[in-house]
This record gives sequence, C-alpha cells and structure tokens, in this order.
Amino acid sequence: MISITGLYKQFDQLEVLKGIDLEVEKGKVVVIIGPSGSGKTTLLRCLNVLETPTKGVISIEGNSLDFSKNVSKKHIASFRRLTGMVFQSYNLFPHKTAIENVMEGPIIVKGEGKASARKKAQGLLEKVGLGDKMTYYPAQLSGGQQQRVGIARALAMEPKVMLFDEPTSALDPELVGEVLKVMKDLAQEGMTMIVVTHEMRFAQEVADEVVFMDGGVVVERNKPEEIFNHPKEERTRKFLNMLQ
Amino acid sequence: MYLSSIYIDPKYIDIAKSSLQPMLEGAIVNTIPLTLISFIIGLILAVLTALARISNIKFLQIIARIYVSIIRGTPLLVQLFIIFYGLPNLGVTLNPFPSAVIGFSLSVGAYASEIIRAAILSTPKGQWEAAYSIGMSYSQALRRIILPQAARVSVPPLSNTFISLVKDTSLASLVLVTEMFRRAQEIASQNYEFLLVYSEAALLYWIICFFLSIIQQFLEKRMDRHLA
Repeated sequence: MISITGLYKQFDQLEVLKGIDLEVEKGKVVVIIGPSGSGKTTLLRCLNVLETPTKGVISIEGNSLDFSKNVSKKHIASFRRLTGMVFQSYNLFPHKTAIENVMEGPIIVKGEGKASARKKAQGLLEKVGLGDKMTYYPAQLSGGQQQRVGIARALAMEPKVMLFDEPTSALDPELVGEVLKVMKDLAQEGMTMIVVTHEMRFAQEVADEVVFMDGGVVVERNKPEEIFNHPKEERTRKFLNMLQ
Repeated sequence: MYLSSIYIDPKYIDIAKSSLQPMLEGAIVNTIPLTLISFIIGLILAVLTALARISNIKFLQIIARIYVSIIRGTPLLVQLFIIFYGLPNLGVTLNPFPSAVIGFSLSVGAYASEIIRAAILSTPKGQWEAAYSIGMSYSQALRRIILPQAARVSVPPLSNTFISLVKDTSLASLVLVTEMFRRAQEIASQNYEFLLVYSEAALLYWIICFFLSIIQQFLEKRMDRHLA
C-alpha cells in the first residue's frame, strides 16, 4: 500500500537520506528505530512532504509523488490527506479547545458541516479516553492528554496511514502508557502505522516489522523477534547493546 | 512664586476651565477619529506588508522592504509635509484631515508590519506543520492557525503603537488639522498662558493614554484566558 522507492534527501551539504526503498502493506505496523541523525524522522516527514525529498518516488494506495519532477502544491495537499501525523511535541492549536482541534480539519479542509464534524470529533475523543475533556484547552491538559488529542485530530481526517514521530519522547514516563495504549488499539483495529520511536517494548509487542536505520540507509528490517533477538548486522547489534 | 500663584489665583482656574472645551472638542472631532481611522487603515496595510515580507514572491518582498525603509527612514513630520504641502506641486491637493490620515496610516502600516511579521515568525514552526499535516493550504493555515496566535503576541507592541499614534497626531497641527494641540496653540497664542495651556493639553493626552493602557490590560487578560 505504501511504497518508497529510491528516496534521497539532501539538506544543503548534508545528505540525510541516501536511497531508501521500503514497502509497507496495508494494516501493518512498521516501527523505525535507529540512532539520532540516522534519518528516521526525515524519512517519516518525507511521507507527508513536510520535508521535500531531493529524489525518489512515494506511493500511497496508488497515489504517487515523483520528486525528480516538480510537484504542485495542490498535489502535495491532496497527498497529505492520505496521511495523518502525530508529533513529538503534540503541536495542538493552543487557541482552540480539544474538540475544536479535532473538528478543525474536517470543517476547514473537507468542508464538513459543523454539527456532523462535532459528533465525529466527540466520538474520536471518547475513543482516546478524553470524552470528558472536550472543552478543555491544550494548556489545561497533561502531555499524555494532549498527545491523545493529537491522535484524535489526525484520525479525524480519516487517513490511510498514521505516521507517529516519537510520540512519547516528550512525555513523563507515567504518561507514556496511556498514549501507547491508544496506539495499540489503533493497530488492532487494522490501521496502517509507521512509528518512529525509542519504545522498544512497544515495537516488540505491536510491530509487524522493525526497520533499523543508520546513516541515512535501511540497515536491517525484520520481524521484531528477529531484530531484537537475532540481529544480523553489526551496526544493529551495536545500537541495541547501547540501549541496554 | 509663579507656580504658587497658579494654585492660589482663581483666574488661572478660569483660564483652564475655558480652555477645556475647545481642546476637548479638538480631541473628539479630530484627534480621536484621526487616531482610530489611521490605526485601522495602518493595521490592514501592516498585515499585507508583513505577509508580503514573508512570502516566497521576490517582487512582493522587495516592494514591502522599500515601503518600510522609506517610512522608517524619514521623519513623520516630513512625510506629513510632503503629502500636505508637497503634493500640490504635482497637482494633487488634499485637505488637512485626509492628508493626515494618509500620512499616519502609511506610518503605522510600516512600523506595525514589523511587529506583525515578528509575531508571525515567533509562532512555533510545529503549528504550520500540524496545519499542513491535516491538509490545510498556506492561506488556511495562516488564517485559522497562525494569525490568531500572532494576534495575541502582537497586542502589547501594537498597543504601544496605538498610544504613540495618539500623541503623534499632535503633529497634524502643523498641517492645519484643528485637533487638540492646535486648539491649545490657538488659545495660548491669544492669552499667552503658555505653561498653563500646554500643560493642560499634556494632561489631556495623558488621560486619554491612561484609559488606552487600561483597555490594553483588559485585552491582554481576555486573550490570555485559556493560555494558562
């Protein structure tokens, strides 16, 4: 369903992605791990064109963007509708309540009516366990709650794939669990997910596949049991050892 | 001795009282409308200029930069004189009030554009990214997410601009607008009580600005109510 072919990304002098090829089947959860600077966040951000690749092709359910040619803004915007992103620093809209945050996309971008958008938003907030906090502003919510609103906001656009950029890295340890639970439930419902994270236990429990990246390339990819217990590459072993 | 006679001599109290009405009239008929109209037009200009400065279109960027540079690099009084006394040389003659509005609007537009540009740039990049990630276009993100947040940040410095503008309108007296200060000048030139009359004008300006600063506090409180 998602295919990345020959993806390169260069920032000025620094080449961050050096030729990535990756396929993700529908309904699968792919967890990307790797040291900082490996390019894993850049790869994720290329998928919804928050970073524009220097070269390569990204396809999501038949919609392709070929970055060797010029890509129009409209094309990018419609491509972004296929993905939903959850950010490390939540990035909630501070001047809107939780439910307004979730309703914003459907109303402004999809042109949905306020009443139906509100109903759907309510459902989504209840789904992530925040049905009683709908009228709260982000500043009144804890980090874990804000992140769950962020997940609901991304889900409101009914994306084909959810992208998670270190969703729990900015959270206090006791709040990590509530966010991971929402992500686990999503995975069980069959959402296609690509997750950049350092939460190895989440990867072991939920991932269908773990991708280890280093220095801008995919070093190794395999089922979690294989990667964590029988890593084939030296670099993978080194990285996993450092985490212990 | 002179000072103590101001407090003792009822003649000065009468002068102050009789100067009050024309000065207030000047304030209500000219100073305040001049300030309000110029500020509103200036704000619109400022937003457009700020957006031009941050846009990707080189042409717009350059025009905005030139505009701001000219206004910030020349004295406001000189700008007013060019509009009121200078334009007639080109066959464009404007009345005092419109000349003053144009001058003050252009001035506010330039200075306020820097405030707004800074406010927009200070909005976290993540806000743009979140807006884009749910499919918003540049103008949707700007209108719904970025400008509302920039507006909150802009209230203190823009209030400053507004309060400064109230006082700058005294310059309009020199292009023949009969606002509050010109009235003061007219009164003082007749009764020669310069200290008394000009101090009274200063006090009136101060009172107006005091009320404006209270409004600013109220505005800031209102806009911050949910930012904990």
